[in-house]
This record gives sequence, C-alpha cells and structure tokens, in this order.
Amino acid sequence: MVDVRYDVAFKLYPYQQVDAQKSEQPERHPVVVVGGGPVGMAMALDLGRRGTPVLVLDDHDGVGQGSRAICFARRTLEIADRLGCGSAMLDKGVVWNVGKVFYGEEQVYEFNLSPEADLKNPAFINLQQPYFERYLVDQIRVEQAKGTPIEIRGCNQVTGIDDRGDYVALDIETPDGPYSLEADWLIACDGARSPSRSMLDLSFDGRVFEDNFLIADVKMTADFPTERWFWFEPPFKHAGQSALLHKQPDDIWRIDFQLGWDIDRELEMDTARIRARVDAMLGDDVDYELEWTSIYTFQCRRMEKFRHGSILFAGDSAHQVSPFGARGANSGIQDTDNLAWKLDLVIKGLAPETLLDSYASEREFAADENILNSTRATDFLTPKSAMSKCFRNAVLHLAADNAFARPLVNSGRLSVPCTYDSLPLNGPDELDGPTATRVGASCIDVDLGNGYLLNKLGAQFTLLCINCNAPDAVIDDNIDVLALELSTKGCAGSSLAKRYLGDEPTAVYLVRPDQHVAGRWKHADVGTIKDTLQIAIGKA
Amino acid sequence: MKNDTNTEPSAKLITAPNLRDPDDFYDELLHAHIDLSDEQSVDFNARLILILCNHIGDRAVITEALAAAKGIKK
Repeated sequence: MVDVRYDVAFKLYPYQQVDAQKSEQPERHPVVVVGGGPVGMAMALDLGRRGTPVLVLDDHDGVGQGSRAICFARRTLEIADRLGCGSAMLDKGVVWNVGKVFYGEEQVYEFNLSPEADLKNPAFINLQQPYFERYLVDQIRVEQAKGTPIEIRGCNQVTGIDDRGDYVALDIETPDGPYSLEADWLIACDGARSPSRSMLDLSFDGRVFEDNFLIADVKMTADFPTERWFWFEPPFKHAGQSALLHKQPDDIWRIDFQLGWDIDRELEMDTARIRARVDAMLGDDVDYELEWTSIYTFQCRRMEKFRHGSILFAGDSAHQVSPFGARGANSGIQDTDNLAWKLDLVIKGLAPETLLDSYASEREFAADENILNSTRATDFLTPKSAMSKCFRNAVLHLAADNAFARPLVNSGRLSVPCTYDSLPLNGPDELDGPTATRVGASCIDVDLGNGYLLNKLGAQFTLLCINCNAPDAVIDDNIDVLALELSTKGCAGSSLAKRYLGDEPTAVYLVRPDQHVAGRWKHADVGTIKDTLQIAIGKA
Repeated sequence: MKNDTNTEPSAKLITAPNLRDPDDFYDELLHAHIDLSDEQSVDFNARLILILCNHIGDRAVITEALAAAKGIKK
C-alpha cells in the first residue's frame, strides 16, 4: 500500500497501472525525478522540453492541500515563463510591491519594490502553492500532447534506493503492489523530510529555531490594500511577538502569528482559539472563513553535497530555510534552472559528467546565501538573548524617526537570484559594465519595444551582441549558440544600455541556458568565445 | 577587487584622547541616565550605540572598536 500523508487539492495524476509493473526486467530510464512538488515538476518540464526523457514518481495523485508557499519571486516567474507557464501564474497571482513594518501601533518602515516598467515580471506575486504546482502540471500536459518525453506516475512511492555506481536501482510501492525500476540519473525533489535522503543515510545539518508560527489563511472580502503588513509586537490581543497580513488570490489572506517556543500545539490549533486571535486582529465585525490553518517551526540547514554520484538533490530536500524572505520554493526553482541544462548536455554526451559538480557548487553557494539571509532575518524576528532583543527593539524604536535605522529592520530579506561569483564555470569579465549584469549574474530583463530580452534568449547558449555584430564563424558544432544582435539606438535602448553597457559603447555577453552570464567583453573574437563556452560546459 | 592579503590592516580607531573636555563629556553621559531604571538604561545604551555606529559609518573602525571593547590587544 501507498501511505496517504495528506489530502490533495487537485487530483492531477491519478494512479494508473503501467506495463513496467509487470515486466520481469526492471525498466531503465535516463532520468527519474522523485517527488512531484513544484521543484520536481519544474525539473521534469525543463528536461523534457530539452528532449531528455524524464519520469516523475509521486507518492500521491495530485498536489497537496494548503496554501504553503505563497510568495513567488520575479526570477521564478521568469523561469516559469521560459518553461511556458509564466503567464498562467501571473494572471492568477496577486501582484504586490509595498511592504509596511509596524512596531506596535506605529509604522516604522515601508519599502516599495517599485515596479520597473520595462521588466516583464513583477518583483513578486502571491499565489497559493497548489495553483503554482497545477500550472506546471498543466504545462506538462500541453507538452506531452506535443510528444515531449515526460511521464508522471501518481501513487508511486519510492521505498528503496540502491546506488549501483553508474545507475540507481529503485523499489517502488503502488496500489497494485511493488515493482522495480532503474535510472541513469536520479533527482530527489522530495522535500525537507526527503525519504530519499533518509534511505541513502545522508545528513542534513544546520540550526533549528525554537519558535512556533501559526498560519491562519482566511477567506474574506476586505478592503485592506494589497501590501505586506508586518508587525513586531503587534498591538492586538494574543497575536504573539510578530504578525503578518498578506493577500492571496480568491479573497484569501495569509495571517501569521509568532507564538513562541513553549506552546501546546493541540490547544493552539483549536478553531475557537484561532478565531479569537484573528478577531482581535481584524476586528469583531469582520466576516471570514478559516481556509487553512497550520503551525510550523523551522530550520536553516543543508546537505553537505547536493550531488552524490548519479543522485542529485534539489529544492527543500537539499536545503531548508525559514519562510521569511520567500527563499524556499524560489530557490528550489532556481536549482532546477541550474541543473536541467547541465544534465541534458551530459546525457546527450555534449558535456562531461563533471559539469554536474558545478550544479552542486553553484547551488550550495546559493543555499549558503539563502541560509545566511534567512538566519539573520530569524535572529531579528526571534532574538535569542536579552541583549539581542534589546538591540532589535532599539532599532525598531529608532526606525520611525531615524532613516539610518530602517535598513536594519529585518522582517525577511526577499529572494533575489543568486550571482555565482568566482565559481568555476565563470569566464572572463572584460567589460567595465554594470555590476548587476557581471559574470555569474542572471540576466536582467529589458523591454525592447518588440518583445522582452529574456524571451529572445535561446534555449541553449546565447551570444548577446550590443551595438556590434556577432561573428560569422560557427562557435561550436554541437552546442547551439544563438546570436542575438541588439542596438541601443531608439527609445527602448536606454534600459538596455543602462543594464548591459554602463559607460561602454559596445558589449558582447555569452549567456548560459539558465540566463546567467558566462562571460562578457567590450569586443570578443571567436576564439575567446569558444574558450569561454568550453569553461561554461565544464570542459576547461 | 583589492587584494588585502599581504598588507597589515592599518589602525583606524582613534585610541588616543580625543575628547576636548573629558570631565564634561563624562558628566553629560552619566546625566543622560539619571531617572532611568536599569532596564531603561540598557535600552538607552543600545540606541546610543546604534546612532554612533551609523555616524562612524566605517566598518573597519567599528570592528576595531568592538575588539577594543572586548579587551583584545592589537
């Protein structure tokens, strides 16, 4: 039997028996993804669209209930857009830019993620995780209809993983009993409690934070603005040490209360008790329904290595952060963005297997950055000592009247894409250009008047030539390098110049398939570009 | 990027007497705490530290000041 751990919000991949369950010889797959959450599905979609066959095994038959992750960052939307489902998310999601921080009754800080008009995607949308997952699966169905080699098997629970060196043997439980499979590559996207990680007896070290947060997602028609409101020491009764109010689609509002460490979980989950808290916050006259409630604690930790031979870990299975800063699901999607093209090139024999070590080094670096940011936010939210709390409150006291203290207020540093500074795949940075688009950074979008820059980048590598011509010669016979020539003349050119030229008259950028900059120059000859491409695919 | 590996970090923190009227300064500092409870004084000091650190701005000076306060000798 397959354990049912949660109820599903959308039943998207009901169990169906397949021939492999009856075959004597275990079927061999190039790639098996364990876990059909946001990370697993994005992984499958990306690989499949590149033409690499992928099988997703999920132990349920759809996406789980509960809003869970609700904040999706621009980089995630850009990746989803590349995968074909960005607009579905954007259409459904609630766009927000303003965040307000209160200390008791008083507003002490406000930020505006100021929408830059010439970016296709906003800094953030709020969208319940089940929708996010459903749009990925919807896109997989669209791709499957076109013949894209992605298969999803619901109610297929992996119960055994045996690393045989150059392949992995899997034991799988189904409603019809067990069967076996083999995979050349296994990607474990099975979440923070990753059964794969446990089966392989791999450790997951870090810090546990001693605090409990109560989520009460409520459905109501209220005219609160679409802003992120965060209270330190909220003025309303029983709200705990901090509280959050944030809008989601379908008239759902996320409310978070920080309850502290020594609580009776069962008591705090009592509906009447939760309603009393919410009433105190919203006022007695507000009508609402409790949509979803949950109590969570959190950890900041990661696996020491994200690659173990033929087995790769992505998303929460590899790293876990506190929710402040929306760095969980967003960083997991960036993992898939980083891994898909590399694994695809390795499987096609176009890049050495060692390219996958760069997945580990780049995303471990990113995980450390996320953990650092998340840990610092958590230290501010839940001070660990009397003096830590004293400084925290001093910052909050000063922030209202002293501009200098406002940047010290930390209710979560919001997710931005990681820049892979000084890592092995980086080529030369020989342009005196803007820091934001340096080698290792992910490209910033630009409205070019006739479309957006990121939409014009190739599925493989792109040679972006600004105010100059791309070389005629072929850069590599096997690796697809799209030449994209752009000019900064005309009204759409100023943002392009600002983001990619700085004070330079011309620029050449070699852009990786995940839209990160591999190398940049004022001018570049074919030899230089070829050398950089070799570095970027792990051959040099 | 500057390469600092072979250069000794220069001392930036002023440790020589730098207050023009030390007794008057000290008196003003103590006066600020009159009428404050111990707890209020602790909070006051925290605010004062943050205000002064921002005024200094130079992180290297602050790092040296933190070390000096801990009694770490250079």
